[in-house]
Amino acid sequence: MTRFVPVLSVIVTILALWYAACIPMNVKEVLTQAERDGAVINPEGAQTRRDLSHFGLVFRNLDHLGGSWSQDRARLPAPHQVAAELWQSTWVEETTGRRGIVKSGSLSNRSLVYHGMVTLGATFVGFLIGAGLGVLLAVGIVHSRTMDRSVMPWAIVSQTVPILALAPMIIVVLYSIGLEGLMPKAVISAYLSFFPVVVGMVKGLRSPDAMQLDLLRTYNASGAETFWKLRLPASVPYLFASLKIGIAASLVGAIVGELPVQRGGLGARMLGGSYYGQTEQIWAALFVAAALAATLVWFVGWIERRTARAMGARP
Amino acid sequence: MMLVVAALVVWAVAWWINSRLSNGPSGDTRAVRMTVPVLFGLTVLAVWELVVRGLQVPAVILPPPSTIFTTLAGSIPILWEDFVQTFVKGALSGYAIGCGAAFVTAILADRFEFLRQGLLPVGNFMAALPIVGTAPILVMWFGFDWQSKAAVVVVMVFFPVLVNTVSGLRDTGAMQRDLMHTYGATYWQTLVKLRLPAAMPFIFNGLKIATTLALIGAIVAEFFGSPTRGMGFRISTSVGQLALDMVWAEIVVAALAGSLFYGAVALIEKAVTFWHPSQRV
Repeated sequence: MTRFVPVLSVIVTILALWYAACIPMNVKEVLTQAERDGAVINPEGAQTRRDLSHFGLVFRNLDHLGGSWSQDRARLPAPHQVAAELWQSTWVEETTGRRGIVKSGSLSNRSLVYHGMVTLGATFVGFLIGAGLGVLLAVGIVHSRTMDRSVMPWAIVSQTVPILALAPMIIVVLYSIGLEGLMPKAVISAYLSFFPVVVGMVKGLRSPDAMQLDLLRTYNASGAETFWKLRLPASVPYLFASLKIGIAASLVGAIVGELPVQRGGLGARMLGGSYYGQTEQIWAALFVAAALAATLVWFVGWIERRTARAMGARP
Repeated sequence: MMLVVAALVVWAVAWWINSRLSNGPSGDTRAVRMTVPVLFGLTVLAVWELVVRGLQVPAVILPPPSTIFTTLAGSIPILWEDFVQTFVKGALSGYAIGCGAAFVTAILADRFEFLRQGLLPVGNFMAALPIVGTAPILVMWFGFDWQSKAAVVVVMVFFPVLVNTVSGLRDTGAMQRDLMHTYGATYWQTLVKLRLPAAMPFIFNGLKIATTLALIGAIVAEFFGSPTRGMGFRISTSVGQLALDMVWAEIVVAALAGSLFYGAVALIEKAVTFWHPSQRV
């Protein structure tokens, strides 16, 4: 239990800072609203206040800041506003909304559940493709000297290329050859989860030391036996470490892949929110994305623990 | 069709040379180690060129490397302007601020146990999040110019550097710390002379991860709004005009910038942590 006290106090501090930050961030809109409602603001008129500093305005109008945490379309919505939006666009939208699952039988396209599922689908497909290809390439690299020498340096160099930034181009190109919907996003996800898996898996397959390899040689084990009974089991911890990185990268890839094509998904939701100034919508989508990432990483960790136990590791 | 066959032949011949080189008697010399990947890269380029020309793939899907190179050479001023806007102004300044802030926070977290226990799980959690998603919010706050890009980069590089630095600062053994204690060293002396040097391999690991993140952050943030220059702006508008050769030219610039940035940090690492086993040849 003592472990939670520091974490909780850091989270509480962050929330407190957030509430405090709302005041200077939203001060101009709040004062304009207060002036419309008849309060006397110093200085008068939204025009004269436009170029003044946020903190200065806060200190000159301490009595009129009541609206800081209830602004509609605030520059920085307060945490409870984001929480309300989250509740509104998941539970309320689905249960009572006209297009919700209760009334129409399918998920509402205005709810974050729907957008989250769209993103999750692309993430999973992309992750499976990327991780599968990554493992295969790693096996090839470990067993063929030529592949190791020629492909591996490029795999490392490609890590330094901002692949994520190319997502819009890949989407458009795949769209023009007829691929649309889930697949283009999955391709980007696959690309992003591919390299961590290759690098980790190569390291893992090479982790048995010379003594262990020599032992298998004295047993007269064939190459395939060495692979299945020594190299593959030895690589499992490395594989899971990189799968965790890979699945988080997959999610980011799917979200960025949704930016150019506005067909649902958390990325589309964020871009839509930024077009229409719906900041609560952006923050809510961001929190759903964060929860998804945490769940996915936890899920891979759970499988890792199960596998480790099945392989005879003591808890 | 002839060109496609030629591509296959080029691939087969190059692969044969590569396997002869790497499995041959001189396979472990430095020259061969350098030649093989370069040859592989050139082969990929040649096959790409031949297949695109042979199958007459439209340039709006995949332009051949020669066209990309011509565009690259022909629009150096534009590319340079974009590079300065995105990389020098956005990515580099954000990288410096973010890494500096993470370093100071890590020292504080290391000094106060309570702070470390609270910050580290939160930091680990944040490092796995899709932080790119904060880009629309930060663009709204800091405007369209490079300041908002730098802000996105700051948020993106902060947590990996923080987590790595904190775990690096804890990497000294009890024996080493006891020795400093017997010398009567103060906290700051122990920090500067023992623990910071010992943490350097970890810190540089974080800094190297952050180089890629910085470039990604700066480019992706431009998709949410930017002045009419910058690599992200050019990529998204060129995609809209189906000018894919320009997009690829930007990609080449981004790849070069990313690799050089990473290489520069790796060089500094080599000079600072020359004593570490992974740096010994």
